[in-house]
Amino acid sequence: MTKGLGNGILSGATGLLCLFLIMPTLIVAPISFTQTDFITFPPRGFSGRWYEAFFERPEWYGSLITSTMVAVVTTLLATLLGSMIALGLARLPRRANRLVSFFFLLPMIVPTIITAAALYSPFAKLGLVATVPGLVLAHTILALPFVVINVSAVAQSMDWRMVNAARSLGATPLVAFLRVTLPVLAPGIAAGAIFAFLTSFDEVVVALFVSGSGATTLPVQMWSGIRFEISPIVAAASCLLLVVSCLLLALFWFLKRK
Amino acid sequence: MTGAAVQISHLSKRYSDFVAVDDVSLDVAPGEFVTLLGLSGSGKTTTLMAVAGFVDLDAGRIAIDGRDIAGLPPEKRDLGVVFQNYALFPHLNVFENVAFPLRMRKWTQPAIEKAIGRVLDIVSLGHLATRRIAELSGGQQQRVALARALVFEPPVLLMDEPLGALDRSLRDQLQTEIKRIQRDLGVTVLYVTHDQEEALALSDRIAVMAEGKICQLATPDEIYENPASAFVAGFVGESNFIDVTMRGQDGPLATVAPTGIPGALFTATTSRAAAPAQAQAVMAIRPEALRLAALQDTPPCNAIPGRVALREFMGATVRLTIDTELGPMIVRDGRVSEAARFKAGDTVRLSWNERDALLFPPR
Repeated sequence: MTKGLGNGILSGATGLLCLFLIMPTLIVAPISFTQTDFITFPPRGFSGRWYEAFFERPEWYGSLITSTMVAVVTTLLATLLGSMIALGLARLPRRANRLVSFFFLLPMIVPTIITAAALYSPFAKLGLVATVPGLVLAHTILALPFVVINVSAVAQSMDWRMVNAARSLGATPLVAFLRVTLPVLAPGIAAGAIFAFLTSFDEVVVALFVSGSGATTLPVQMWSGIRFEISPIVAAASCLLLVVSCLLLALFWFLKRK
Repeated sequence: MTGAAVQISHLSKRYSDFVAVDDVSLDVAPGEFVTLLGLSGSGKTTTLMAVAGFVDLDAGRIAIDGRDIAGLPPEKRDLGVVFQNYALFPHLNVFENVAFPLRMRKWTQPAIEKAIGRVLDIVSLGHLATRRIAELSGGQQQRVALARALVFEPPVLLMDEPLGALDRSLRDQLQTEIKRIQRDLGVTVLYVTHDQEEALALSDRIAVMAEGKICQLATPDEIYENPASAFVAGFVGESNFIDVTMRGQDGPLATVAPTGIPGALFTATTSRAAAPAQAQAVMAIRPEALRLAALQDTPPCNAIPGRVALREFMGATVRLTIDTELGPMIVRDGRVSEAARFKAGDTVRLSWNERDALLFPPR
């Protein structure tokens, strides 16, 4: 009897917590389909006009293109660098590994606002502010730890004798890397790449500092949108961001199951 | 497939302040099964991995059928290697794991399929070709590793503790199978293990290693019956050790005084391999060479009284620990032997034949 009651309380609490976590999503999705000219809750009517508006106004769809471009290049760069770092770390002795790992994980620990403020002045001098390369560089710093963590997790549990086995069976070091090391690390690399993409795609703090009229990302556009317009177009943009994130997370779980 | 000769001469490898392999030389005949037997850190795996090409040697020469391979990278040596924990490729299925060396050698698909069909039959895995590695049991993974190392018909097979991760009964079964496959194919095998029973059962010859050196290289029988040192006598099989002082010598026979019992004298045999040079020596007796009798019987020479401290029933044999003035002595005898009748607490007389008491320099 007590056990049943306890289970009931636990289920209830868990349900409330889930509701709390999903609340922003539950609010933003209906708002984006409102017929009104401003954000209201509960929304009135049902229309896709704010999605149409999003894809008609260049400052909005342009920012989506910029964001996608920055996120894609950041993902490529961070995945390449991060995987190489993880491979190197896996071959270090345990203590050296811990010490060096700490450095590569710093961008995750240091408050983002500090990274942003620190980057601003050198970027300004180098003419990188309000440019796509500037955003890519800044986001690569932030995305790198996620790749290092994910690839390291696989690299450190991998039996490196496999590489020796491949060599003994006739593979040169390069072939052994391509045919054995890379495929074995692939799930970790894929997971790292997905997190790197998401890190860049919805990053706002550093982007606020580094972007400008030349290159504005979607989150930055949304931030100014909500400050100056309060139009439901922001809600539509939020939903688009959400859909991309969910799709990528679904991909991650799918890859993980394989 | 026929085996090749392996000549290892004056191999040395040192890691900063640790000598892993110290001037090791070993000639393996074509088709021979030689085991490197030793504890961890004895240099056995380093020696094997040097032959495979994964250790940069400080000195030494390794030749296969007279051809020096010491300078070749592992992929050019054409040797089959079975690694500890198998090192199978988890992203490939059984067929593709075994096909890997053939694809590296650019074989055609029909030739690959034919060779794999054959080798999977040899290791009795024909029905599992499309399985993923994670779906196999330990014993099956071991067979895949063996098939992968044999499929390209290397003249020499190197095996590093291949049965280390398996349980006893599976080990015995695979041991027999490895021996059968090696005989059928005629391949030369260099095998590394720390398990003396495995080494005794499989090998044509055993190289007992310690501290980077080979202490004895001989057939299993010879190593068991005529160990070259007290270390080998204790490492391969069990031995009882008694500290003694040499008193006189007549050919191979010697008279010795045990350090533990003032006034007593025993006769023993000086070992052919290493006769003690000084007055101090150690006498080694196998547990199965000791005889047990009731104390009141007439005492022969080479006998001491004792008391049974522990009786362990091992199945086919019985193992008794006897407390004596020389310390605890282990006796092993058959399940239905006279010794097996004694129980813990019985007073007994331990005796042995002078042929079975071997004298070595002190350890």
